[in-house]
Amino acid sequence: MKHVGAGLVASSPTAESASTAEQSRNDAPLIELSNVSKCFGELRALGPIDLAIADASFVSIVGPSGCGKSTLLRLISGLDRPSEGRLQRYGADLDGPSRRVGIMFQDHVLLPWASLLENVMLPADVFALPRTAALERARWLLELTGLKDFADHKPHMLSGGMKQRAAFCRALLPDPELLLLDEPFGALDALSREELSLELSRLWQDLARTAILITHDIEEAILLGDRLIVMSQRPGRILLDIGIDLPRPRDVDTAKRQRFLEIKQMARDLIFRRKQA
Amino acid sequence: MIGRAFLRRATTPAMYVALLVLWELSVRTFAVPSWILPAPTLIAATARSWAPDLIYNSYITIAETLVGFLLALVLSLPLAIMIAFTVVLRQLLYPILLALQSIPKVALAPLVILWLGVGTAPKVVVVILVSFFPILVNVVAGLEAVPKPMLDLMHSLKASEAAIFRRVRAPFATPYLFTGCKIAITFAVIGAVIGEFVAAQEGLGYMIIISTAQSLTPLAFAAIILLTFISIGFFYAVEFLERRFVTWHL
Repeated sequence: MKHVGAGLVASSPTAESASTAEQSRNDAPLIELSNVSKCFGELRALGPIDLAIADASFVSIVGPSGCGKSTLLRLISGLDRPSEGRLQRYGADLDGPSRRVGIMFQDHVLLPWASLLENVMLPADVFALPRTAALERARWLLELTGLKDFADHKPHMLSGGMKQRAAFCRALLPDPELLLLDEPFGALDALSREELSLELSRLWQDLARTAILITHDIEEAILLGDRLIVMSQRPGRILLDIGIDLPRPRDVDTAKRQRFLEIKQMARDLIFRRKQA
Repeated sequence: MIGRAFLRRATTPAMYVALLVLWELSVRTFAVPSWILPAPTLIAATARSWAPDLIYNSYITIAETLVGFLLALVLSLPLAIMIAFTVVLRQLLYPILLALQSIPKVALAPLVILWLGVGTAPKVVVVILVSFFPILVNVVAGLEAVPKPMLDLMHSLKASEAAIFRRVRAPFATPYLFTGCKIAITFAVIGAVIGEFVAAQEGLGYMIIISTAQSLTPLAFAAIILLTFISIGFFYAVEFLERRFVTWHL
């Protein structure tokens, strides 16, 4: 079995681990969670979870709503802290957000008073990056996502898909080593959703960066990822951790492949069996 | 042929004209004495003959309103920022300010005159008192109403509080500021007139008091109409600025 996301480690006791011998040649993985859980008061929302994510992989995390997958992403982003357990980035304890991690939220969160270009440039402004180079990259990203002609438009003049593309550009502007995607297509209609996710998949492949995608859409998770993690209902734990051995580039037809359907069925069974139990 | 759009635009002015005509006709038909209700034509004639006085006193009232309003703005903005950002100040000041807001400020006017005398200062203070709170309360609300995802975004970029204020909170609170200003500027005109009612030798409020005392009702009406136009003018001036500065919606 050829593993696109080589170097993946999954050691959750409940996981049907599909990791192979070729795993973890790096000294420390990009992200490593050891026995991490998150409680809100008495309520345990997540975990305990053990998870390691290697460089240059696209990890899809899918789970029923309320399973704590967004909580997991917030922990990895450093916006929230775990109640228990240890969270490390390249072997160092994580103490808050990093400028090397980009986030794309479910809602585009574009600043409504700023033009598209200004929005994409926000990280450069906050980080005080060299302006000329940043502007060049911003324009390149806008062109890549088909937004070149809308650089001076305010967000409210654009469609949902365009806004989400702009948010993608903003997240990529500082060239983050890790991109966190929190249901980035959740607010879109089905057609824009499919189109945009495939587009993002192609772009990601070109950029060869690490990404973690949170979604409740199993097909989307499989279509985009090198690795699929299925989470249980609250408190979210890892039910399945499997490599997605589908060739790239992926397109609409990928969803018709036998292997795609097998993985989809496996994930569905796990989610629904748990629901009924 | 008259277009639909024209008709729609003409409806409101036509209604005003119709009301004026009705007013004029009623006063003439029922022979209402002019010291009770003067006809519009009589008000216009009186306004013409008193024009220099009306203009001078308008200037006085406008100046009091504007100075008081701008001082209220200058005072309330830093206070709003402090209240929105420091827990201690918020807990100490905000309850006091909200309690003060419940006092009908107009009722304080005689006290303000007692303390500060009969010059321009007490009128400006009354204007500050009435226009301060709407601005303060709205700006605090605006600074605190910033959606959490926007703050998450800024935190994910490790932005400093100063950067968050400059890039997110301040622009987000701007429409709230203008809402506060639109309320405040209307209150400010009322405040100036109240100040003039209590003790003054000039201003449109003073003119109303004097002319009604002498049964010069048409002149009182002229002053009231001028005040209305001043109030509307200020309101639209603020709205004009709002449209210049707030060119976005959520």
